Amino acid sequence: MKTRTLKVDYLARVEGEGSLYVKIRDDKVIDVKLKIFEPPRFFEAFLRGRQFTEAPDIAARICGICPVAYQMSAVHAMENALGVTVGGPLRALRRLLYCGEWIESHVLHVYMLHAPDFLGYEDVIQMAKDHPAVVQRALQFKKIGNEIVTLVGGREIHPINVRVGGFYKVPTRRALEPLAERLKWARDAALETVRFTAKLPFPDFQQDYQFVALRHPDEYPLNEGRLVSNRGLDISVDQYENHFVEEHVQHSNALHSVLKGDGAYFVGPLARYSLNFDRLSPLAQEAAREAGLGPTCSNPFQSIIVRSVEALYACDEALRIIDHYEMPENPAVELEVRAGTGYGCTEAPRGILYHRYRIDDRGSILDAKIVPPTSQNQRTIEQDLWQFVPQHLDLPPEKLQWQCEQAIRNYDPCISCATHFLTLNLDRE
Amino acid sequence: MSQPGQSVPAGRILVIGIGNEYRRDDAAGLIVVRRLSESSVGDFTVLEHTGDGAALMEAWKDAETVIVVDAVRSGAEPGTVHRFDSSLQPFPASTFRGSTHTFSLVEAVELSRTLSQLPPHFIVYGIEGRDFEAGSGLSTEVEKAVPDVADRVLHEVRAGSSRLF
Repeated sequence: MKTRTLKVDYLARVEGEGSLYVKIRDDKVIDVKLKIFEPPRFFEAFLRGRQFTEAPDIAARICGICPVAYQMSAVHAMENALGVTVGGPLRALRRLLYCGEWIESHVLHVYMLHAPDFLGYEDVIQMAKDHPAVVQRALQFKKIGNEIVTLVGGREIHPINVRVGGFYKVPTRRALEPLAERLKWARDAALETVRFTAKLPFPDFQQDYQFVALRHPDEYPLNEGRLVSNRGLDISVDQYENHFVEEHVQHSNALHSVLKGDGAYFVGPLARYSLNFDRLSPLAQEAAREAGLGPTCSNPFQSIIVRSVEALYACDEALRIIDHYEMPENPAVELEVRAGTGYGCTEAPRGILYHRYRIDDRGSILDAKIVPPTSQNQRTIEQDLWQFVPQHLDLPPEKLQWQCEQAIRNYDPCISCATHFLTLNLDRE
Repeated sequence: MSQPGQSVPAGRILVIGIGNEYRRDDAAGLIVVRRLSESSVGDFTVLEHTGDGAALMEAWKDAETVIVVDAVRSGAEPGTVHRFDSSLQPFPASTFRGSTHTFSLVEAVELSRTLSQLPPHFIVYGIEGRDFEAGSGLSTEVEKAVPDVADRVLHEVRAGSSRLF
């Protein structure tokens, strides 16, 4: 009886918790343990006692890569609690801001994190040695996403311009014009990106997923919609906790988010795309078809194409918003503080991000619940590995390990939850 | 509203503090550079940053001298100050290796180097942290190291200045 194990420490630098463990005996996978994400429980505790107005800024610190998503889910939840709706140009500005983050996040993932896998490079640095122009273009493309976030969200990386009710300042039409020019370049770069990813070599790996995403009557979902699945789920956001629960998984020491009675589910680009293809812009739909995709996609390796399509959509949508923009009279709607519970769920680049807050009559936060997309995908990723590994056991161990990492990267998991400190292994002789 | 795409004009000295204010010792880089803003030692720019690699590359693109301050975890005594001269050599090979899940400081430095965009003078100060849990406030050891690192950064800035003139 031959047993081998595959062990990868992703997060050797964060309390040793991120890890992949696969046990193989006699060419059969007998165990898969995946722990790549710890829910932001401490931030939920940290928020207690704070003013509702602080939620967007504190929540933004949860993720260094998608602060806008945390701010959007937070403001929508608080507005829900206060019985307030933000519409018109303010709503459009929020979509614009979110487009900026989608571009930043997706371009980073496609080129810096995932493409190297497909092209056989250890990382983007090695890839840049052979393909400097591709990487330069990616950096320029990502930068335009940053520019949107800076212009609409404020000067710093963590947008300081977002608040419950709207913004602190709103841009003039003129201020947005230079951005429109840059976005036209970005849209071309996005189209090239779809074509570039379409040509990558993809393993033949399809799974029967339960996709969950927002769905809106008119738009590809960003901030608003009902929660739907490809298996009949159709609920309003405030029903989330009646349908989604976190299960403690004994073998994995992690909490897995599951659909009651139904198990694992899949959030993010593939889910959004498969549930909302008809809401993409014509250009994005065309590019997807040209890339060989149908209206749904069940090969997680092809998520790199779908991210590119979404980045293209984000450029298109950003241009449409700027074209129609009229500066609102007020940067925010008026708020009347009252006790209540509010629910918000928006589409972060990696999938649905759910926030719930309970506030008292002075606007103080009594408790908070935050469920990020990466923690919702953990079980699905594990199931993928259960299926994927047996099909590739003939590979040499190093190669198999790399393929497993690549399979996990399909989900663009947000591993470092707002930490960035350097972990160094210094050899002192 | 701020102008997008602004970076440091060529010939400049740039000090970047990387950190997260809500993860205790992870705020070290930010705390150090905030001290610098209070003193004036001639012309240099101070940036507080979350550490997004691509944005970092853009920020230092046209700089002549860059000094980065960040929290570090290497197993050394909390409060230990590490100094790296990135213009001389890459970071130790084991840093972040084996995972392409993140694209932060180390990747940004090495990618800049590969694309021949790394500023000619590039120093990184790492302060060994003890506590990275959620919350505000530095641990005692890190707090003690802050003034020392701030002083050393100012030394680097003066050295950068004298190189320009």
